[in-house]
Amino acid sequence: MGKLNVKDKDIVVPGEELADGMDILPAAGTYRDGDKIIASQVGVVSTNGRLIKLIPLGGRYIPKAGDTVIGKVVNMSFSSWFINVGYAYDGVLSLKDASSEYIDRGADLTRFYNFGDYMTCKITQVTRAMNIDLTMKGPGLRKLTGGKIIKITPSKVPRVIGKQGSMINLIKDKTGCRISIGQNGLVWIQGDDPAMEKLATEAVKEIEKKSHIPGLTDKITKFLSKEAKTTTIPKETKEIKK
Amino acid sequence: MTYAKREDGRKFDELRPMEAKVGVIPRADGSAMFKIGKTIAYAAVYGPKALHPTHLRNPETGIIRCNYNMMSFSGSGDRIRPGPSRRSKEINLVMAKALSPVMDLSDYPNTVVDVFVELLQTDAGTRCAGITAASLALADAGIAMKDLVVAFAVGKVGDKVVVDLDYSEESFEEGATDIPIAVMPRTGKLTLLQLDGDITREEIKEALEKSKKAVKQLYDVQKEALKAKYEEK
Repeated sequence: MGKLNVKDKDIVVPGEELADGMDILPAAGTYRDGDKIIASQVGVVSTNGRLIKLIPLGGRYIPKAGDTVIGKVVNMSFSSWFINVGYAYDGVLSLKDASSEYIDRGADLTRFYNFGDYMTCKITQVTRAMNIDLTMKGPGLRKLTGGKIIKITPSKVPRVIGKQGSMINLIKDKTGCRISIGQNGLVWIQGDDPAMEKLATEAVKEIEKKSHIPGLTDKITKFLSKEAKTTTIPKETKEIKK
Repeated sequence: MTYAKREDGRKFDELRPMEAKVGVIPRADGSAMFKIGKTIAYAAVYGPKALHPTHLRNPETGIIRCNYNMMSFSGSGDRIRPGPSRRSKEINLVMAKALSPVMDLSDYPNTVVDVFVELLQTDAGTRCAGITAASLALADAGIAMKDLVVAFAVGKVGDKVVVDLDYSEESFEEGATDIPIAVMPRTGKLTLLQLDGDITREEIKEALEKSKKAVKQLYDVQKEALKAKYEEK
């Protein structure tokens, strides 16, 4: 019978021996050396039956087919746009995947997406050489106008979304902001009230910072209600109180 | 030809006092500071990113590129003048080779990971401090690694085999031999061993034997630094 050397939710570093024995299987962020399973990243241990894996605490985004990401237009050709999705090389959005609208030959492509525009798009294919194909056809995929973009560590995206979107809905409810999250760690936030937009931004940053600590939802609920009180009091009333 | 006692009062197999911190450069993908005695190294990692010139690209895996620099005010300047030189160029390659055995960049074909090592203050053992800091910074950047890398010097001062030579020992009047080594702490395998100077086969064996305790000690400092970043405050 195999033996675990670490507990669930322990933080480990590369080279640490996680488990001993052939009946335990290495998953993401780990590898096998002889009988032993070794960590290959800084991450939080997560066991599931016989599987042992790491949830990484850092790292760049690795594109995967099927991911919905937020990208930025960085270049353009006669029939396609080049979109930066946070990987070393840009993704390609070709004309036929760009819009459900008919695009005439020789049309001005900047009318659809211009340099510097952000959009939610979906990765349709990633080749072995990491060429990335993108599409804009699908539910919820659109150009993002207004609002602001912030960047978080891609491995923490699932915590910001929460179980069945619980965390993100919590922030949306409390702040009234519209929020989109890409798997690549880009978050778009738009609110009618600038103070609420700021609060939502801070909440997302807070989740990123404390993602590995248990009891996160309670902490964020507290954070939101505490901060909401201080941000909604107008300056004049504060001074009167003095 | 005797070296009876170390000038700073250390035991012959004792490392200088160490300090490590991770995440010191917020704009970098990963960064670390490593201090051993009076030598201070800062490392910053950027990438994986697009690789230029393109002929260096490898479609199977990403590559690692190092940049070692002693800052202009870093040392006493009586032996080595800081700044870009033939020596620093060589150390760039040596550091990349010492780190590459633990790296796994197969998820990032055609890319490069850039490692910048700056030495704020130098008192011997700079390439070793650089490798130790770089290994921390790479782990902080979330890049897949088989193991960390620890590096320090072993060698001979006068007639004694010692661990972690400082500048006064390296320039010991009656002769000293400096052997920088880098080790993967889990398996104990070497990724770097440089030697120029006089030393016998038995003395090298003795030096490597003495290094084992130091490897463990240095690895613990690294582990602690990486974990400290995520401790609840």
